[in-house]
Amino acid sequence: MKQWRVNVRFLIPSNELVHTMVQAAWLLGIFGAVGTAALVLTYTMTKERIEINARVPLMRSLQQVVSNDRYDNEITTDTLEVYDSSLRSSGPVTVYRARKGGAPAAVVFTAVASDGYGGNIKLLIGINVDGTISGVRVISHKETPGLGDKIEIDRSPWITKFSGRSLRDPETEDWAVKKDGGTFDQFSGATITPRAVVSAIKRALQYYEIHRNMLFSPLPLLRP
Amino acid sequence: MATLSYSHIIHNGLWGNNPNLVQILGMCPLLATTTNAVNGLGMGLATTLVLFGSNIVISLIRDYVSSEIRIPIFVLIIASFVTIVDLSMNAYVNDLYKMLGIYIPLIVVNCIIIGRAEAFASKHGILTSAMDGLAMGFGTTLVLTTLGAIRELVGNGTLFSQVHMMFGDGARGLTLALPENFHPALVGILPPGAFIGLALLIALKNAFDMRTFRVSVDTQKVVTR
Repeated sequence: MKQWRVNVRFLIPSNELVHTMVQAAWLLGIFGAVGTAALVLTYTMTKERIEINARVPLMRSLQQVVSNDRYDNEITTDTLEVYDSSLRSSGPVTVYRARKGGAPAAVVFTAVASDGYGGNIKLLIGINVDGTISGVRVISHKETPGLGDKIEIDRSPWITKFSGRSLRDPETEDWAVKKDGGTFDQFSGATITPRAVVSAIKRALQYYEIHRNMLFSPLPLLRP
Repeated sequence: MATLSYSHIIHNGLWGNNPNLVQILGMCPLLATTTNAVNGLGMGLATTLVLFGSNIVISLIRDYVSSEIRIPIFVLIIASFVTIVDLSMNAYVNDLYKMLGIYIPLIVVNCIIIGRAEAFASKHGILTSAMDGLAMGFGTTLVLTTLGAIRELVGNGTLFSQVHMMFGDGARGLTLALPENFHPALVGILPPGAFIGLALLIALKNAFDMRTFRVSVDTQKVVTR
């Protein structure tokens, strides 16, 4: 039988090496703990302000789509998450529900059109109870500056042309950009962007028509 | 170790050894966030804050950290400062924070900061390291703001158009806009404009140095008599 001779003494560290390693471990641990403590402190100090900051732009955007006086509920928390392949969204779609005196007033869809030229276009689509659009705004996008970015309200009033429209106005087949045989203008040099926005609005309208009853229940509890 | 004078440190950071134009470090935030002047300014100030803090702390602990673990410790310290700056910006200058987006956390990997930590703060005293941090920070802030201003003027026809994000609505009056008949060149605010603008700044700086100090910027050249 063959004898195996292997010197394993190098695997056992010397006392000084062990000491160095232990010291290094301590140092790393202490710095990690101190760093974590500093971060916990900063986090707790800034937490409230960060939450407020997150709410303000949302309220501002919602206000542009459904004006304040049309509802009296806490719209930012009265929400529903919907999952439906017809909406073609990459995740659940948040639906904000506006109520006045307990009665449904409007819904706001946070739609994401993934067929924009530069990627996702995030939209707020407000739909009144009767199925007409109360307003649409683009919250974020990656479209080309000077070309596709005309979907922004600051760049052009194009997005306001959807207010008051519904699935009857224009008829379903005409819910497209002019280039595709519809009634909505596209931008010269940018067709993909407005096409994506128009399709997203159309999908939201169609979803609303089918599911309008479901969207407003459960109704909030009446206070005693 | 030679004692460096403060004026030498300041000149180094702002001009002679400018992190962006001479050391060519921190290119990623420089090219990506300078689409307008205020973005560049905000980015530069955030970087300066982190640089200042990390230089001081690293200088403080330089005698206690063994060389084997110095890099992880440096990164730990830098990352902690960046997170503090990130949370603070989110809380107090939220609009600017949203515009700069992912580039604030990316300050962690900014080579300027780990570079100064390794090359300077770990070898010098606290006050000197603090000065160096400030000088290098202001050096990069200057370049960031200048490139941002140029790109905004050329590509958008405005200057300081986002100033209200940093200084509140009262500062909106500081925004300039070129007259209507100026047609902006879109390339200015797109990536190629960043590269071209940076190249122009480096070239201008070198030209200025060569003229004023009669110094050859090619440090490899050896003058023989």
